Amino acid sequence: MSDQLVISDLYKIFGPAPQEALKLLDEGLSKDEIFERTRTTVGVQCADFGIREGEVFVVMGLSGSGKSTLVRMLNRLIEPTRGQIYVDGEDVTAMSPKELIHLRRTKMSMVFQSFALLPHKTVAENAAFGLEVAKRSKREQRESAMRALETVGLAAQADSYPHEMSGGMMQRVGLARALATESPILLMDEAFSALDPLIRTEMQDEVVRLQEREAHTIVFISHDLDEAIRIGDRIAIMDGGAVVQIGTPEEIVTRPANEYVRSFFYGVDVSKVFNAGDIAENRTLNVFQRPGVNLTAALAQLRDHSREFGVVLEHGNKYRGMVSVNTLTSAVRRGNEPRWEDAFLRDVHPAPHDTQLSDVLTRVTESEYPVPVIDDDGRYLGIIDKKILLQTLDKTG
Amino acid sequence: MASLLDFEIPIGDWVESGVDWVQDNLTGVLDGIADALGLLIESFEDGLLGVPPLLLAAAIVAIAVWRVGWRFGLFAAAAMVLVFGMDIWTETISTLALVIGASLVALAIGVPVGIAMARNDAIEAIVRPVLDFMQTMPPFVYLIPAAIFFGLGKVPGAIATLVFAMPPAVRLTNLGIRQVSREQVEAGQAFGCTKGQLLFKVQLPLALPSIMAGVNQTIMLALSMVVIASMIGAGGLGNTVLTGIQRLDVGLGFEGGLGVVLLAILLDRVTQSFGTGRKSPKSASGRKGLGGAKKSG
Repeated sequence: MSDQLVISDLYKIFGPAPQEALKLLDEGLSKDEIFERTRTTVGVQCADFGIREGEVFVVMGLSGSGKSTLVRMLNRLIEPTRGQIYVDGEDVTAMSPKELIHLRRTKMSMVFQSFALLPHKTVAENAAFGLEVAKRSKREQRESAMRALETVGLAAQADSYPHEMSGGMMQRVGLARALATESPILLMDEAFSALDPLIRTEMQDEVVRLQEREAHTIVFISHDLDEAIRIGDRIAIMDGGAVVQIGTPEEIVTRPANEYVRSFFYGVDVSKVFNAGDIAENRTLNVFQRPGVNLTAALAQLRDHSREFGVVLEHGNKYRGMVSVNTLTSAVRRGNEPRWEDAFLRDVHPAPHDTQLSDVLTRVTESEYPVPVIDDDGRYLGIIDKKILLQTLDKTG
Repeated sequence: MASLLDFEIPIGDWVESGVDWVQDNLTGVLDGIADALGLLIESFEDGLLGVPPLLLAAAIVAIAVWRVGWRFGLFAAAAMVLVFGMDIWTETISTLALVIGASLVALAIGVPVGIAMARNDAIEAIVRPVLDFMQTMPPFVYLIPAAIFFGLGKVPGAIATLVFAMPPAVRLTNLGIRQVSREQVEAGQAFGCTKGQLLFKVQLPLALPSIMAGVNQTIMLALSMVVIASMIGAGGLGNTVLTGIQRLDVGLGFEGGLGVVLLAILLDRVTQSFGTGRKSPKSASGRKGLGGAKKSG
């Protein structure tokens, strides 16, 4: 995957003396010192990273950390003081007003915290807004708007007015408006922060589902780590206008760059951070390849290692089942040509690798067997048992 | 001490010489304004008086029912009966024409100035004190230059009226546009609006309730001014009141005054109805519409 959006050495200085402030910044002065000397505020400093095509990139930080400024520089609602932004290799900062309008109409759309719908227009007209200003035909506007509304599940309300809707529905309209232009890049500025928690989770799931159907490059601004972890492929953490860490949710949680990053996790449910695939281990169990090994040999191996369970795979590491000393023994005793199927533990079902840890938790604690984890193609990744679980929770809690 | 205060700033003289200069050098411009405005008001008045009175009265009642409701329609009908009964129909219509003409011109100038003010802080800084000046200056004072430049009659009356009535239209247009939330404007920009599209598709529609309040205020002020303007011959109901004063005829003065009040109530309620609930005619859902607009804004 290549970088669709490249942010190169980007700065935004607010106030009377931006150039002077830039010079002081280069000399290594802090944000507070610069404000004291020049009455000038550093909004964003030294932002330098790429955002990959089709990923959900969450920018997190407390209020005043510069995250909203950063996202508004991407489509130049706020003019950068220094630095470049490249979209598909084109420098946005060098664009003429006309080129900029074209970019906003075709490549980048935006979803706002306060929804920012037009109250005098119907839901469908709101959804078609981007196409209306681009002067597309009425029919095209209606068709694209309806398609987008269907995607967010609001086709039936197309002819209502925004004031007749709940907050969650209004933001679905906001999302539909952004989708209708078919822009590959979506900027979402605290898009779900104004919604109540249940609706917020619902909307986050909506985004995840949307990405599965048709991946957009999403830059998502949030101050909520749970949200960032739920939807983010990667997370950037901002503090005082600077990006202090960029990484996957797991990286950020397990290896926070500093105290500020760590402070986000107080109260965060770690079982939501990890997926089953992240913690499954494949060293603790014996593995039997079928058809290579027979049951008697397997039983002997387990006894040799004084282990109770084994996993049975076939070619390509496809998971078949799990056996224990007990089931193997009884299967061997029963017949002269025992089959693997007779020895499989019936209560053990593999968990897909992207199952959230919180969902695996109960299964592991309630079952006397470890839970095997498989990937999308059914290949065996490892198991999660009580010991692994405790270690994980202990490491991060 | 007396010597310290013994000086004079001849502001009155300066204003006079300024007025003289305008009169000497801008006669053509003044005549042009007078002719255009005169034509506008005359044609309104002739048009309205050309309609059979009963038909026009019925139309006014119909508008009242359509925009406000049947109760207000009853009131309008009663008002029409009173106007006919007091035999002041011609004066009332003449005043109405003057108010509408002066208000239209005031809005045609005021709304664009308000828009310019909202988009540019420098213009706002200049225009604001001018508006303060226009609004606090006693309205009688406008009569003098109006009479000097344009003589006596309906045109100077209309000029004095529109100058006096314009400030709320400017102010409330400016306020309405500035009150449009930052995110609404950003949404317009983010989806690729040009400056013109942003104004006509986002800012003006969202500022409409405020602009309509300005329109309402302008019309109300215009109505109060046309009474005063009767002193320089603007005619209409103001003339009836003025005659009442000159003859110390309480009855005549009251009839003229009552005519103004009835006209004011009709104009006020009807213009207000355009500011709220445009989409939903029933007042309850209209109010809900406004609330929704605020919530999403």
